Amino acid sequence: MTPRAKPARYSAGNLFRRGLTGSGWPRSWREHDLKSSYDVVVIGAGVHGLACAYYLAANHDITNVAVLDKGYLGGGGSGRNTAILRSNYLTPEGVTFYDRSVKLYENLATELNFNVMFEQRGHLTLAHNDGSLRTMRWRAEVNKLQGVDSEVIGPDEIKRLVPYLDVSSEARYPILGALHHPPGGTIRHDAVNWGYARAVDALGAQIHQHTEVTGVDVEEGRVAGVTTSRGHVAAPVVVNCTAGWSSLVSALAGVALPITTHPLQAAVTEPVKTFLRTVVVSGTLHVYVSQTDRGELVFGASVDPYPSYSMRGSLEFTEELAGHVLELMPGIAKLRLLRQWAGLCDMTPDYSPIMGATPVDGFLLDVGWGTYGFKAGPVAGEAMAEMVATGKTPEIIAAFDLARFADGRLVGEKGAAAVGH
Amino acid sequence: MIRIPCPHCGPRNSSEFRYAGEGRPRPDVRNTTPPEWRGYLYERQNAAGWVRENWYHTAGCRRFFAIERDTVSNEVRTVDR
Repeated sequence: MTPRAKPARYSAGNLFRRGLTGSGWPRSWREHDLKSSYDVVVIGAGVHGLACAYYLAANHDITNVAVLDKGYLGGGGSGRNTAILRSNYLTPEGVTFYDRSVKLYENLATELNFNVMFEQRGHLTLAHNDGSLRTMRWRAEVNKLQGVDSEVIGPDEIKRLVPYLDVSSEARYPILGALHHPPGGTIRHDAVNWGYARAVDALGAQIHQHTEVTGVDVEEGRVAGVTTSRGHVAAPVVVNCTAGWSSLVSALAGVALPITTHPLQAAVTEPVKTFLRTVVVSGTLHVYVSQTDRGELVFGASVDPYPSYSMRGSLEFTEELAGHVLELMPGIAKLRLLRQWAGLCDMTPDYSPIMGATPVDGFLLDVGWGTYGFKAGPVAGEAMAEMVATGKTPEIIAAFDLARFADGRLVGEKGAAAVGH
Repeated sequence: MIRIPCPHCGPRNSSEFRYAGEGRPRPDVRNTTPPEWRGYLYERQNAAGWVRENWYHTAGCRRFFAIERDTVSNEVRTVDR
């Protein structure tokens, strides 16, 4: 175990004091030599892997943990998503699960002593036809039964919340109503990754960046350790938190997954004065929009139509996106795009994650997040940590096991996908 | 945009096509166990690198055909049928 470090407390007082004395801030997390064995190896240093390591240490006092990543911390989906949080899902399993995640996010800044800038500014999912409106009503009822604040609202109310939206009947896809979800909002995703990483390091677990897992050792149906680009590591428990790359990592352990990897592209405009407070989503137009605190508009869309590991942006994405955004908000036609990027989504057949045990003892999954991964980070980490510590599947993730595909217990969550995929 | 070499219509933009899944043999109906069928139904190789896959030319000849594609670089090449 790495000795615990006392991290410098981030506060206004400390900022002032350090400013006066000219003393810098210590590093948020350290580099370590890779040991030959750990109690738990977590593959993937994104929000899921880091949260898992954090809750292992914080809730279960398991700190002989290594978080391995072939790239840099938070460089995958955790740093590429559009940073939207919500819990307005369709299935009761999904609503309970994501609601727990939003609750954990609400206290995260205090818990980690790191400003994650979570702003619950409300989340609007627009309905452009009767079918979507019906799904919105369904979602609102399921949400309310689970104690989650969601309500279907009409065009007048939508106009009041988002004045720049074209709610006229002249639009090509007129807006008939929307699912309004006040607890939804945006967060600074990098701050979440860094906050968890700093806490993980302070509690004594180790983060190893640029350490690629090239093999998973399985002996008599049990996981024995992993081979990495920096040497061999023995471990009785290995947790796969690698999102878009999860099929490849699971294949190393001989576990086949019902997953295909699709890129999801996003883009951001130049900053303008704040005019859009709410997160606006349109499934029909395949787009979601929010404005950052800096004033940039962040756009996301549906996943690319064929599987790929390529993270290059494409022109057809930009064209389609621009057309759809202008359909919603004609007033921003003069705005210029600053940049676009892509992240990898591990899509499952039922749009729900795959969590828990595999046919290989000790090799656990926290994958299949598709386009929902970031918003589930804390609750997934908490549940996986509980599973590692107790050896039992926590109730909250019981529905998401890998065996559901064999048993025909799919958890159909496509109706709550932000946009059609 | 990637260009898909349709064996009947020639190279066209991928937006004319629908991706129709990994190319793999269908199990023999006469001697396949339920777990094998499940595997065929749900499990995917999802490989990074050159794969053989099926496409459907929605806005063209409306025929299914196989190509090879590098899923990392999106390079595409034809296959011998």
